[in-house]
Amino acid sequence: MELSFIRDSFVQLLAGAPLTLELTAIAFAIGVVLAMLLALMRLSRFAVIRGAADAYVFVIRGTPLLVQIFLIYYGLGQFRATLQSLGLWYFFREAYWCGILALSLNSAAYGSEVVRGALASVSLREIEAAKSCGMSGMLLYRRIILPLALRQALPAYGNELILMVKATSLVSIITMMEITGIAARLIADTYRPVEVFIAAGAIYLLINFVLTRLVALLDWWLTPHLRAAASPSARLESSNG
Amino acid sequence: MIDLLNLLSFGQEGWGLSLLTAALVTVAVAVCGFLIGTVIGALIAWAKLAGNLPLRIGADAYTTILRGVPDLLVIYLFYFGGSLFTTWLFHLSGSEGFVGVPPFVAGASAIGVIGAAYQAEVFRGAFRALSKGEIEAGMSVGMSRFLLFRRIIAPQVVQYALPGIGNVWQMALKESALISVTGLVELLRQSQIAAGSTRKPFEFYLIAGAIFLVITWLSQQIFAWLDRRASRSLRREVR
Repeated sequence: MELSFIRDSFVQLLAGAPLTLELTAIAFAIGVVLAMLLALMRLSRFAVIRGAADAYVFVIRGTPLLVQIFLIYYGLGQFRATLQSLGLWYFFREAYWCGILALSLNSAAYGSEVVRGALASVSLREIEAAKSCGMSGMLLYRRIILPLALRQALPAYGNELILMVKATSLVSIITMMEITGIAARLIADTYRPVEVFIAAGAIYLLINFVLTRLVALLDWWLTPHLRAAASPSARLESSNG
Repeated sequence: MIDLLNLLSFGQEGWGLSLLTAALVTVAVAVCGFLIGTVIGALIAWAKLAGNLPLRIGADAYTTILRGVPDLLVIYLFYFGGSLFTTWLFHLSGSEGFVGVPPFVAGASAIGVIGAAYQAEVFRGAFRALSKGEIEAGMSVGMSRFLLFRRIIAPQVVQYALPGIGNVWQMALKESALISVTGLVELLRQSQIAAGSTRKPFEFYLIAGAIFLVITWLSQQIFAWLDRRASRSLRREVR
């Protein structure tokens, strides 16, 4: 085990970090939107819509992400002619977009469970109170349900974010050179798996540590009512300032 | 549709038998990994709950690292690192050349070591849910530590931990698909081979997904049944 080799690998692996972060950010953002749609579908009055969303979540959560990635990247390649005629081939021939599609579809299914739980946690009393003031529909969602659900969902959704960072490593198998892709190449070139693992692992731990702190900060910022009350004098000062 | 059935037939032309065998390999590697993870996870939970400071720090570091690093990296470490280790062992005994670690062993250990980090948290949470009074009651009637563990602690921890254990099992099952990168002919690798030789990747990855779905669904049912059995003693809601 050589420290200088670990340091060199660390620098080389760092070049993959922007792609890892980019994939995480894009797939996560799409995943959140889809997760909210799915969660709303699962609360729908219509059994068909509920059933479709349930089936989707069941299938995605019951199969490995790598199978989903292969199905989209290699499997859809079989329909190249059809996709070309639809003008979608530019999208599906790129490992980058296939990876993002698979990651966001996957994350949406897991995320919808979190969102559903958070929506269910909003107490009926608060909804009734809002309705009694005449709020309904979008206003009720915007002012009461969504803010409360967001606070509830945040810690669990923070875990989803970490899982997404880890999941992006799988697109290295379909040729994307993010951190794990570079790590695999370094291992094949140098045959020093332990050192490369330490360097790559350190980068992932660093990313996950920073993201966890950011989520915790957001959580703190969103829940001012849960913080210990400041001393009276401090409160006075802040209200004067 | 007829084509699909032909692809899946058990005869000379079909892939049915190979896929079925591969599915069994998937289940086998997941089960071995899960068992390894359960044993290591229990030890780590123990270190976290009852260990001295260095042990606790070590156990915390273990769970933090293995839950923060992608599974694929750990699999690479075990597969390539394991081969370095076995080669070194063989060189010690005087033989020459490269000795690879069998992909099944590397895969099962990787799944186990990753699963242990999650399993430890499950066990720790379940232990926390135990009532202190029961443990004290056990001690007060003179139960030894081992008897206390066997009669009072273990049965309840298993009962509380069962849903979490089910999740860890599902994770192990899905992680086994990653072992295909080591060349172990499990379900996904076999589908890759079939997809390559028939040029029908869509059909074969769909079939692989379907088989995974059947396995996860079956294990869900089994865990739900175990959970019902384990919680028989719990007070039911009065209707």
